[in-house]
Amino acid sequence: MTDLPTMQEDALQRIEGASDAGALEALRIEYLGKQGSISALMKTLGKMSPEERQEQAPKIQSARTAVADAIAARKEAFEAEELERKLASETLDLTLPSPTAPRGSVHPVSQVMDELAEIFADLGFSVATGPEIEDDWHNFTALNMAETHPARAMHDTFYCSAEGANEAPDTAANSAPNTRRMLLRTHTSPVQIRSMKEQGAPIRIIAPGRVYRSDSDATHTPMFHQIEGLVVDKGIHLGHLKWTLETFLKAFFERDDIVLRLRPSYFPFTEPSVEVDVGWEDVNGRKVLGGDGDAPGHGWMELLGSGMVNARVLEFAGLDPDEWQGFAFGVGVDRLAMLKYGMDDLRVFFDGDQRWLDHYGFSPFDQPTLSAGVGAGA
Amino acid sequence: MKFSLEWLKYFLDTDASVADIAAALNRIGHEVEGIEDPAEKLQGFRVARVLTASPHPDADKLQVLTVDTGEGDPLQVVCGAPNARAGMKGVLGLPGAVVPANGMELRKSAIRGVESNGMMCSVRELELGDEQDGIIELPEDAPVGMGMAEYHEASPVFDVAITPNRPDCMGVMGIARDLAAAGLGTFRPIEISDIAAKGDCPVEIRIDDPEGCPAFYGRVIRGVKNGSSPEWMQRRLIAAGQRPISALVDATNYLMLAFGRPAHVYDLAKLSGAMVARHAGDGETFDALNEKTYTLDSTMTVIADDKGVHDIAGIMGGAHSGASEETTDVLLEIAYFDPERIGVTGRKLGLASDARTRFERGVDPEFLDDGLAILTSLITKTCGGEPTEAVRAGTPPAEAKSLTFDPSLTARLGGLDVANDEQRAILESLDFKVSDDWVVTCPPRRHDIEGPADLVEEVVRIHGIDNVASTPLPRRPGVALPTATPMQAMERKLRRAAAARGLNEAITWSFLPAAEAGYFADGAELWVLENPISEDMKVMRPSLIPGLLSAAKRNADRGADGARLFEIGRRYFRGADGASDEKPTLGVVLSGEKMQRGWAHGKAQPFDAYDAKAEAVALLEAAGAPVANLMVMGEAGDQFHPGQSATLRLGPKNVLARFGALHPNTCRAFDVDGPVMAAEIFLDAIPAKKSGGGFARAAYAPPALQAVTRDFAFLVPADLAAGDLVKAVRGADKKAVVDARVFDVFAGQGVPEGKKSVAVEVILQPGDKSFTDEEIKAISDRVVGNAAKQGAELRG
Repeated sequence: MTDLPTMQEDALQRIEGASDAGALEALRIEYLGKQGSISALMKTLGKMSPEERQEQAPKIQSARTAVADAIAARKEAFEAEELERKLASETLDLTLPSPTAPRGSVHPVSQVMDELAEIFADLGFSVATGPEIEDDWHNFTALNMAETHPARAMHDTFYCSAEGANEAPDTAANSAPNTRRMLLRTHTSPVQIRSMKEQGAPIRIIAPGRVYRSDSDATHTPMFHQIEGLVVDKGIHLGHLKWTLETFLKAFFERDDIVLRLRPSYFPFTEPSVEVDVGWEDVNGRKVLGGDGDAPGHGWMELLGSGMVNARVLEFAGLDPDEWQGFAFGVGVDRLAMLKYGMDDLRVFFDGDQRWLDHYGFSPFDQPTLSAGVGAGA
Repeated sequence: MKFSLEWLKYFLDTDASVADIAAALNRIGHEVEGIEDPAEKLQGFRVARVLTASPHPDADKLQVLTVDTGEGDPLQVVCGAPNARAGMKGVLGLPGAVVPANGMELRKSAIRGVESNGMMCSVRELELGDEQDGIIELPEDAPVGMGMAEYHEASPVFDVAITPNRPDCMGVMGIARDLAAAGLGTFRPIEISDIAAKGDCPVEIRIDDPEGCPAFYGRVIRGVKNGSSPEWMQRRLIAAGQRPISALVDATNYLMLAFGRPAHVYDLAKLSGAMVARHAGDGETFDALNEKTYTLDSTMTVIADDKGVHDIAGIMGGAHSGASEETTDVLLEIAYFDPERIGVTGRKLGLASDARTRFERGVDPEFLDDGLAILTSLITKTCGGEPTEAVRAGTPPAEAKSLTFDPSLTARLGGLDVANDEQRAILESLDFKVSDDWVVTCPPRRHDIEGPADLVEEVVRIHGIDNVASTPLPRRPGVALPTATPMQAMERKLRRAAAARGLNEAITWSFLPAAEAGYFADGAELWVLENPISEDMKVMRPSLIPGLLSAAKRNADRGADGARLFEIGRRYFRGADGASDEKPTLGVVLSGEKMQRGWAHGKAQPFDAYDAKAEAVALLEAAGAPVANLMVMGEAGDQFHPGQSATLRLGPKNVLARFGALHPNTCRAFDVDGPVMAAEIFLDAIPAKKSGGGFARAAYAPPALQAVTRDFAFLVPADLAAGDLVKAVRGADKKAVVDARVFDVFAGQGVPEGKKSVAVEVILQPGDKSFTDEEIKAISDRVVGNAAKQGAELRG
């Protein structure tokens, strides 16, 4: 019988040299199995005298532990190798494209309308709406443009036939002065009349929506978007109008240096009437709003029409002009969008070109908020 | 309206610069749309004398000139004008000069081998007139070497937009008056020279339509010679964009552009009998001087003689009786026409003219005699002739309007503190008369002054509207409350929900071609435009699908793989009361590839009707509709595939949405490759959320016990709707069965003919105690029993 240290030494060497898990298992059986050589040594302990046993037992036990630990360690190494091999075989080419969810978008006009609603809500304005197919009373007469008013002709109005799609239009009926003539609203101003009639005063509203003019070129489309603002209260004057416009434009363009230039003008529904220019600066060939339009390298851009609500309009809307005063303004939403977000062709707005929508549209999560800024960064 | 600085200075004594005048015009409400300095265009052109002229050696029609430019040696210039000859004076363009008419830069060059050092110019090339017969011939006294800009007294031209309320500024005089009030100089009152009249006017003038024509003045001038108008007048007319025609016509145009006063000159030889302002006859025809024939009616006012109409009052004269080269005796007409009448007539006839623009806005009713005198002397000075006394019929409505003005209104309405003295001075500078107790009398030419607000505007615009100080709008106390209506809030939410689902928001035209609108009309009465911009934009849309479908087609035509578009907007119907019935709607179109071909899944995948359903249901849920209660029913419409479309309803009548595959015929009608899926959600049909609950949700605690899942495989009739089976299964125990989900549908091998296999996973949620085996068996039995009522049998 070989001596114990030699056997242990030999066993450890063989374990170290085991080529695979099977060979290792064979060694485990050879040494530690029921018939194994170390197990056999363990059995000899029973036949020993107590003294001998006291001397031999720790040695045999120690050899057994050493061999068992070596087998366990070797086994773990084999398993680790095995896992590594398996994982290596599972390698993916992660440069391949992953499945993507389609990216939707919000149209710039909607985005800007949401921005405006947010800004004006903070100033106490609610959003009002009205029909897009209006009668001429709301679109013209109540806005102090009587039947024969020359300003009517400047509106390039789309008129609706008196009859439906399948019947011949009766033009005589249309031109009769007393029939209610239907048309596509040429501005959002009729919403002023409807809102004042419904809600009375005081009132603070904005009215965004589609409007229509019979006009078509690079900067005019037969359909476009306007937003109307109306404040009627006691003691409202031109100064309030100026402040409101300044405040809204500063909030909208998120810059404090917006400078307005007021010019007297004429709209039948306001008196006095004011055309509003905004100062811009030439930044790399692009007109960027901000700064004094009279400064070198700057200029003025006509942006919106406004004024104090004409006393006649208040009367038409059922309010006493001696008691109430107010201002109104109208501005192109598409134009605001173009100025803020840098588009230069209006016609593409209404084409539904997926490429354009992908590029200029907004993430649904660009919800305008006052705290995070109403504008959505590029 | 356009006018030159030189013309303005005729009425305004000022040293102000062009820039200062432009700034002042903008400040007081006359928007300057452009300033053009013709001197810039005439840079490099100068007066020159032709010294010699000899034929070009190699070209029949060309001559070789030597030209004295006033400095240095004479220049050799090749010229093709037949009137070029030695001794004449003309205008030479030097190398570097740019020809105004065509933008061509002149260069030293060789023309057919002969050196040419410039170009002798025609009137048209320099945009000094229309004439193009040869080169300009200047008078003998033209100083050789003088710049053409200086010689021509080129003066900067302002282009100003006059607002429709200010017809008094549709003449240079009115603008000068406003500028003087704004402190830009002194207004020069016009001097009306006495007319040396001989004898009474031989033509009777009469008004038979005093409403349409309250006043009609005139006079005859005999023995005129109608040649060219004087150069100073032509220069001013050209600056104003008015082509010189003949001395007589130019004189009336000059009167209109300088004084805002239209007038008319008739050839007396063409008239017969009295000139009468009367109603036109119904159907009466008239040949206007624009060479068109108009059919008139009895609402229109005309000027006519015994034989017929010579003038559509205040709008346009006749071809027959206008001044011509042969004219020797003329009748002048200065009238006051009713603005409204002019507007109505002009619109009816679709006839615009400078005269109409002024008459329909209102001319100065006090300027008839002065206008007649000015026109008379303009004509006699140029064309000679002997004027008769004036004749007058009627009187213009020149009563001055008076109103009481409270100067404190300027601060209250205009937001501008202007001292009373200054307000008074401003109004007086504009010819208003202000009494000590602030009764303000308006000049009759100011038709626009209706009330005190108009006077505030006068004060504010002259004082400077830009001086108005910003005044914060009073803020309502407390925090801002939500202002959006439920519909607005729903639309905003839906928009972002749709975008988050991968749809692109489009905005398409509200109008459609009639055929496309008709295709989606479903018998509804639609709005048709009387004057569409094109036939493609004629009928207001009854559906959002056609616009989106056309957009999808455009995308496909551009090579896009697919389009997923949505739009939130209105559909338009004629309401029973004659008003517009506009229905807020969300439309979706899914076309082309849902998924491009890919390395992982292979071929490209098209959209199917379930994709349309997914959008409809998800968006209805986002809109707050009770989607669990929706019924899937038929009748999506003829535009849809009959077997692959449905409506989603709450109750049998209330249709919230329709969705599905579009009918192949629809795709064909829109020329788009199918299949295309579409959905439409009718936002006004979605019931409002029951309010009153506030923000608190219904009480809920996640159940402590785990749910139990049981699978059932049924054999059902092939035409049984899976939805009906699921509904039956759910009904087995409304409390315990919290969900039932179809996870397999199969027909074919192993399934009998006329049947299909539907497998349903049923989720049972125990309450406080776990289910006993008996309880689960009882529920299962009821599931099987309910299913059996639908014709389902449990598969073995």
